[in-house]
Amino acid sequence: MTDRPALSVSNLSKRFGGALALDRVALTVRRGEVHGLLGSNGSGKSTLIKVLAGFHRPEAGAEVRLYGRAAPLPIPGPRVRALGLAFVHQHLGLIPTLSVTENLRLGELATKGNWRIDWRGEHARAAQVFARYGLSLDPHAEVGSLSPVEQALLAIVRAVEDLKSGGSGHPGVLVLDEPTPFLPRAGVEQLFALVRGVVADGASVIFVSHDVDEVREITDRATILRDGRLIDTVVTRDTGHDGFVERIIGRSMAAYAGAAKARPNGDPVVSVTDLAGPGAGPVSFDMAPGEILGLTGLIGAGYDAVPALIYGARRASRGRLRLAGRSLRLQTMEPPEALSRGIVYLPADRLGAAGVGSLPVGDNVGMPVYERLRRAFGLTDRDVNAHAATLGARAGVKPNLPGLPLSALSGGNAQKALLAKWLQVEPALMLLDEPTQGVDVGARQDIWTALDRAAQGGTAILIGSTDYEQLAHLCHRVLVMARGRIVQELTGSALTKESIAEACFRSTTLPSAA
Amino acid sequence: MTTPTPQEYERRIAALEDRLSSFEGRLRPPPQRRSAPELAERFGLPIAWVLLILVLGFYKPEQMFSWNSFAVMFGSTAMIVVLTLGLIMPLTTGDFDLSVASTMALSSMIIAVLNVRMGYPIEGAILLALLAGAVVGAVNAIFILWFGIHSLIVTLGTGYFLQGVVLWISNSAIISGVDMSLVTLVTGTRFLGVPLSFWYALILAAVIWYLFQHTAMGRRLLFVGRGREVARLSGVNVTRVRAGSLIAAGVIAALAGVLYTGMRASADPSSALAFLLPAFAAAFLGSTTLYPGRFNAPGAVVAVFFLSTGIMGLNFLSATSFVQNLFYGGGLLVAVSISQLIRKRRPME
Repeated sequence: MTDRPALSVSNLSKRFGGALALDRVALTVRRGEVHGLLGSNGSGKSTLIKVLAGFHRPEAGAEVRLYGRAAPLPIPGPRVRALGLAFVHQHLGLIPTLSVTENLRLGELATKGNWRIDWRGEHARAAQVFARYGLSLDPHAEVGSLSPVEQALLAIVRAVEDLKSGGSGHPGVLVLDEPTPFLPRAGVEQLFALVRGVVADGASVIFVSHDVDEVREITDRATILRDGRLIDTVVTRDTGHDGFVERIIGRSMAAYAGAAKARPNGDPVVSVTDLAGPGAGPVSFDMAPGEILGLTGLIGAGYDAVPALIYGARRASRGRLRLAGRSLRLQTMEPPEALSRGIVYLPADRLGAAGVGSLPVGDNVGMPVYERLRRAFGLTDRDVNAHAATLGARAGVKPNLPGLPLSALSGGNAQKALLAKWLQVEPALMLLDEPTQGVDVGARQDIWTALDRAAQGGTAILIGSTDYEQLAHLCHRVLVMARGRIVQELTGSALTKESIAEACFRSTTLPSAA
Repeated sequence: MTTPTPQEYERRIAALEDRLSSFEGRLRPPPQRRSAPELAERFGLPIAWVLLILVLGFYKPEQMFSWNSFAVMFGSTAMIVVLTLGLIMPLTTGDFDLSVASTMALSSMIIAVLNVRMGYPIEGAILLALLAGAVVGAVNAIFILWFGIHSLIVTLGTGYFLQGVVLWISNSAIISGVDMSLVTLVTGTRFLGVPLSFWYALILAAVIWYLFQHTAMGRRLLFVGRGREVARLSGVNVTRVRAGSLIAAGVIAALAGVLYTGMRASADPSSALAFLLPAFAAAFLGSTTLYPGRFNAPGAVVAVFFLSTGIMGLNFLSATSFVQNLFYGGGLLVAVSISQLIRKRRPME
């Protein structure tokens, strides 16, 4: 009886349209074990977790067993607790304006029809729970005032307590989905101590992560996925760092050579010195005119924060930018000033921060140059739309009808239009965050071509992205970041999808270069 | 003759391609043909207005089909038009202003107190009333933008506070005897049989229509209302724009108060408050027509007259005064339901 595994998954496939996101994957998690789940973007990790959480219906033929008992498929979402599964996602699912106790008891308070709640008793019980795990959390504190580490610990304790009261009759399986990227090192150790306490009680933990070092530190065994397939399940103790990295990225180094573009010569037109702010820093780097520079790393490394900090979209705490001979203080940078200096920024959140879905494409594109489109009578829809149609034709926006709302376009076409919005001002420095996320293959190529053309015109382009293929294809140079700092520079023949991926997965062990 | 290098050819071809694609936009204007449902949506309210007049006229032809009835109605509802125009400024940039009617009452009372009780010249009294409107808008802006409180709560508070101020400065009494030159300028003079107040409202509507439709600033207001983060990241000073439209709402509401005072040659401390709901009803009903999905000035004008025509007709049918409440309250609900339907069916604008 007791040697039955806590969780066993077999023959699990999941198809999205034509693409196979999971291909006959198997996974076995023993009782009282911490089991790592590794893989790069698109490996199928998150699809697997979503199947377990009941978000996705797997293809026929799959089997999921918990403590030997077959679970119904698709897994009924509301009943996962009763089956013995609990999840802590990166977004912890805490309500910041409520107290620690209220968050801890959220499930019960929300569902049980109690007229009277004994708050004194609830607080005391919460304090006992924390004491059992050796945590010093104040049950009365408002969750929003806790540090990120304390919030993560609270979310984990809540999940474990939910497992105990879930009525499965087993210790249960706790899934931690990327809990660490935004935590400082000391916080990660606290979290690991809690995880060890949880497995000592008999529960099992699935630890999903990008970070090879953390997986090596906390797990007993680990399963690696790549391109939706099970690559291997290894015993952590017997597997070195390189062993993990090789399994994650595969060894097809020669298969795809990068574009290996020669870096444009010339004195740097952009130089960033000592930039620091929330999520990144300090970092310093130079860019030549017409250079396309990539920033990458694992989640939480800060590659996406740098463009936002330079533009003033987020407030930097310090740093200087030298642009075309002018020195600018980055801690006082605001978008209007950045624009007046010839800096533009295209955020990744297409319909939340880059464009307004409910307004016409013409206005979304024409907005920065309204003044230029004005005639004697003023602006007219006709002129705004004719201008957008001209740019749209050049950028290949389909359908090229500027009267349509932006949200009516596909992701790729909306992105082409928004890129045209900023390319028309002929910027000196263009900042991009994941420029081809959720974009189809054809549009991706069009966007790359447009960026190449802008770079040939002398625009320096900075791209924050985790799309290694894109970086290899587009960039003259790629900087790899870890924990907010630059740890490695890749140029020339080192710019291949595989070597960038490898550099990212090794990045956490490298000393910082800047 | 020298042979051009291949690079030179490439350059020329690229230049030609660029010119060609620039013509593509110019020569083929974006299709302006609109489908039948779209036309019905745009002109639904004006058509409904005409139908309403015809139906009511069927029962009371001699009153409904007389120009004089409409001239009186146009003149006497001008201040509601102005109030609605003030309200659509903050609504466009994404803020509610529940204090507009109280601002109108304040402005009216300031004119009466200064002119009648304290003997100020009428011009000075009007100027100070408009200034008071700007101050109210600025106070709203400080609470909404500096303290970050939701506009509904802030303007509910300032509106109620202003009612207190109005009762205080008037000793809760009606003040009559305002300078007749104001009355002459507002209702005493007629053009095409309609009092000047109506024409003032139309001029203001035209100005706001031009601002929203044909200026860069007006179009950016819409970005601020629809996507604050988009506007901010596109270099718009979102805080200044929102503050500006709240102050504009205060000034325009004060202007409505000037018209209201001129229409009656007096100010009373409470009656202006009854215009808050009509203004909201007209703003939302107006946003379903002419430029569907946007708060717009011509739509607001049509909406005010649609609602007023209905009330006028029901009065001719000797309905009692509660029909006003029914009509305005019902109108607001119908208007927001229609605009919600528009949004669901077509996330346009």
